[in-house]
Amino acid sequence: MRSHESGATAGGEIPPAVELRGITKRFGNLVANDGVDLSVARGEVHALLGENGAGKSTLMRILYGLARADAGVVLADGKPVAIHSPKDAIAAGIGMVTQHFALVRPMTVAENIVLGRTGGVRVQLEAAQARVTAAAERFGIRVDPLARVGDLSVGEQQRVEILKALYRDCRVLILDEPTAVLVPQEVDALFATLRRLCDDGIAVVFISHKLNEIREISNRVTVLRRGVVVGTRVTGEIGDRELASLMVGRATFGVQRRAGSGAGATVLRVEGLSALGRQGLPALREATFEVRAGEILGVAGVSGNGQTELAEVLCGMRRASAGSVTVDGVDLTSAVPARVVAAGVGRIPEDRHAAVVSELSVAHNLALERLSEFRRGPQLDSRRLREHAETLIERFTIKARPDDPIGTLSGGNLQKVILARVLSREPKLLVVSQPTRGLDVAATEYVRQQLLEQRERGAGVLLVSEDLDELLMLADRLIVLYEGRIVGEVAAGEAEPDHLGLLMAGLTGAAA
Amino acid sequence: MSFASDVLAATLRNSTPLLYGTVGETYCERAGILNLGIEGTMYASAFFGFLVAYTSGSLLLGLAAAVAVGVLAGALMGLLTVTFGTNHHVAGLGLTLFLIGTAEFANRLHFRGEQALATIDPFKLWDFLGVEILAQYALTYVGFLVIVPLAWWVLMRSSLGLNIRAVGENPEAADAAGVSVARTRYLALMIGGGLMGVGGAFFTLAALGSFTLDIIAGRGWVCIALVIFGRWRIGRGVLGALLFAFVYALQLRLRLIPELAGVPFELLLALPYVAVIAALAVSGRNVAYPGAYLKPYRRA
Amino acid sequence: MIRVRLEQRAAPARWFGVVVAPVAIVVTFALTIGFVLAAGASPLDAYNQFLVEPLTSRYTALEVLVAATPLLFTGAAVAIAFRSGFWNIGAEGQLLLGAVAATWVATTFVGGLPRAAAIPLVIAFGAAGGAAWALVPALLRVRLGIDEVVTTLLLNPVGLLVVTGLLNGPWRNPETMFPESERIATSAELPPIVGAESRLHLGFVIAIALIVVAWFVFGRTATGLRLRAAGLSPEAAGFAGIRVGRLLLGAALVSGAIAGIAGASEVMGIQYRLTDGFSAGFGYTGIVVATLGGLSMPGVVLAALFLGDLVVGSTSAGRELGVPSQLADIVQGALLLVMVSLLLLRRYRVSFRRAT
Repeated sequence: MRSHESGATAGGEIPPAVELRGITKRFGNLVANDGVDLSVARGEVHALLGENGAGKSTLMRILYGLARADAGVVLADGKPVAIHSPKDAIAAGIGMVTQHFALVRPMTVAENIVLGRTGGVRVQLEAAQARVTAAAERFGIRVDPLARVGDLSVGEQQRVEILKALYRDCRVLILDEPTAVLVPQEVDALFATLRRLCDDGIAVVFISHKLNEIREISNRVTVLRRGVVVGTRVTGEIGDRELASLMVGRATFGVQRRAGSGAGATVLRVEGLSALGRQGLPALREATFEVRAGEILGVAGVSGNGQTELAEVLCGMRRASAGSVTVDGVDLTSAVPARVVAAGVGRIPEDRHAAVVSELSVAHNLALERLSEFRRGPQLDSRRLREHAETLIERFTIKARPDDPIGTLSGGNLQKVILARVLSREPKLLVVSQPTRGLDVAATEYVRQQLLEQRERGAGVLLVSEDLDELLMLADRLIVLYEGRIVGEVAAGEAEPDHLGLLMAGLTGAAA
Repeated sequence: MSFASDVLAATLRNSTPLLYGTVGETYCERAGILNLGIEGTMYASAFFGFLVAYTSGSLLLGLAAAVAVGVLAGALMGLLTVTFGTNHHVAGLGLTLFLIGTAEFANRLHFRGEQALATIDPFKLWDFLGVEILAQYALTYVGFLVIVPLAWWVLMRSSLGLNIRAVGENPEAADAAGVSVARTRYLALMIGGGLMGVGGAFFTLAALGSFTLDIIAGRGWVCIALVIFGRWRIGRGVLGALLFAFVYALQLRLRLIPELAGVPFELLLALPYVAVIAALAVSGRNVAYPGAYLKPYRRA
Repeated sequence: MIRVRLEQRAAPARWFGVVVAPVAIVVTFALTIGFVLAAGASPLDAYNQFLVEPLTSRYTALEVLVAATPLLFTGAAVAIAFRSGFWNIGAEGQLLLGAVAATWVATTFVGGLPRAAAIPLVIAFGAAGGAAWALVPALLRVRLGIDEVVTTLLLNPVGLLVVTGLLNGPWRNPETMFPESERIATSAELPPIVGAESRLHLGFVIAIALIVVAWFVFGRTATGLRLRAAGLSPEAAGFAGIRVGRLLLGAALVSGAIAGIAGASEVMGIQYRLTDGFSAGFGYTGIVVATLGGLSMPGVVLAALFLGDLVVGSTSAGRELGVPSQLADIVQGALLLVMVSLLLLRRYRVSFRRAT
């Protein structure tokens, strides 16, 4: 643990570098931030910790002008500022390095840094190069100003992003999950840089869900849960368990389901499965697990730790780079979607809208995976299509008519259509991702009920969810993914939220 | 006059409109916009430049008019693709159809009933020391010696060029950096359009001194091919223009040789197009299209 | 200050599809009034000549159908491709190669055959010629992901070069020394269908028949639905197990084939030989027809008839009013631009809001 003479005296002579008061932001019915207060002192590294949907990214997007708060004020150096766009944020001395870099790959480092700040006809490349070199000296940020950004490693690209912020004289630097794309040596280099920035008086806001990193680099940490600040502590004065507990926030939980009738034969066996994610980096590493008939296996973890890629491989939408996938004895490793469906796998994908054609009707979408079965001679039998749709509409209480274009359906009804499409085939295995994301209470309950019924029916269900409550409510067993690896496996009855929180945050074993 | 110097002189001459058109289209595409309106732009510029020169008696005024038409066409393309965000190829084709129709309509209207083809006294070839290769139009000299280096410098070394390249690669990044994506694209289209206008004017104000139907004869499409051939780089695009002009000049003269009269020289003329398609096939997905090519940009 | 913004609609406005084409036509005519006035004619007279006159006499009305025939083919070809997600800009080149293939067969070895055998054979070759011209761009797109807009576009001038190369070279008519081919065999001629007083030939019927088949396939068959899904959302279609690549290839080849038949039809029904410049940009106009028709088959028919009407009307307007016939080309181009601009409103709503 680091001890650090803290600049954390808010309200003293030196105003905080940046302060947010009462920030509230709603997206429709969802409250992303609710009266959030945050104060970051000069020269401190302030971590922002929370699960998915806790509101961390939204809060920072508001601070950087990428989103507008419904209520609350932002103060920079003690003075209120109006931030409506990144330009305003930059003018107020706030810089941000997002998870997706805003870099122009074929251009050089110097050109990227200078973009938008050129002033005058001629591009002052020498000035930019000089400042890059100066920053290298001062902050230990090593990067070749003449290199093409596209040729740089991800860690180097991130340094360019930091340099961009420094070139604009930022006094507050926000980093959104910066280590997600870095290898360990690059993480060390980044932290060294951050320390030197702080020595210079720059304030750093560090969004993360990884406790070991927060412990290593931050002075203070603010924990967000469901849009609300649940606590701000000095990092050195709080233990891991407490932090995880704050983040996850449950002492106990209620089990609302019957015990299962006992799991049966293995339906899904995954062995040593690896896959590459975006940008060609390994996203899933040697995952090995099984799902049995009549059980729900929950996959827990903060998003971005390989869950998406796992689901995509199982659905036939991504190739595996190593390992195998077997469903009921049939090898489905890197199979195309048609084969996956034919093998009796039902898929409820994370992105609902990419699973249906919005301009086509409900009836057409319901039958899309197996149109050949609706043929009558050369034609499609529209009567049978309609009957099929009507049956499913009734059975799944979908509020729509067969001919309605899917694009007009609400989120809940759309999910019901996808469920109907999948469940009507009585699949052996269900691969389900974020099934209740963005749904209202009624639809959420409905979906969860359906999953439990499938379990009763004897199907095996793999449930990937960011919502820990949901997992604890529905799953028989849980596995936790962290950085692409399975770091823990727990029976639901024995799962403790705090322990899960630690696993999700990258700490294993010792603190349990 | 030797065959070789004849061909080389013709090469430089013929490459002039291609040079302007290719550089112009390069600007548009580097900003992320495929401008299929180039054929129509050159057409309309050729005619209206001619018309103004004819009625005013001043070639320079005609040239200015041609440039103005090109700039307007570029702005119109901007309205369609940048402001409205419509599909690039449909917008470009529609623009070409519209502009060609307009030019021919105006031509018929203005010169209807005239028995002889209206002509003007075109730009003259400069005579340098009596050397044939150096007997070129001012437009050619200005093109190679001034426009090309200037266009390169603006694109690669000036702020505007930096913005154009950024906007064509990653408009989100440019927007986040405070560059106005819309304004930059409009500028690129208008600069490109102006250059295309000069290219079109070359035919009527320099080479032919008159306007005939089908005067551009698909050379706008050649420029599209040359931009890709040149990998969106100005120097390489100009090289491609020279190559194409060389092949064209060569086959024109070879046809006159009686023994070769039946040879299908059209094969040679098809080369630039086929070469580009082959190049695309070979490099496959790795062709370095500007990143935001064809994508309209709206801040989410 | 009032701020105008484009906001995305939740779902595409349904009433739109029916209304947009007529609105586009009206807007286009409003915008092109300037041209009419510049020619010194009154707009009403001009539009009367352009649109109404051709329908008043039997001969000109049939000529409208004659003019519409190649547009029916190319419009359908482009609509099929666009709807399936293949941006076929090369209908012009495919048409030309279809004409070349048809001419070759029709001048070489159908002389002895009866008409019932010769015509289908020549048409088949025309289709093959067009499909072959679409094959390379289609393969490049499906196998290598190379954008087909540029590849199909660039093959248009190459197609033209093939035609001029043949007509100036080995196919040059030895009797007249014009750049035109020999006459095709009489058994390969498409017969007139309303008697000798009109040029309307069997090609018109073939076009309608093809359009009906296309309408049936798109609207009533499983394959058609899969094509539509692939064109609307390749990701969702792929997720549902639809083999998008294979479908795209098929659609591209069919599109090329139909465009090829357009070329064959003109050779077999109007020109009776391959000539230089027989295509007045039918391939490009096909894009206008397809877009104006909202990519639907009934729409293509209406749009082709409309443009055919315009073409016929433009020649008489030139004679009667002194309004150059090129107004038809201007209207075509403007119509395309207005149409795609209006189509934006399908996805986006214009909102006027007081800026805070």
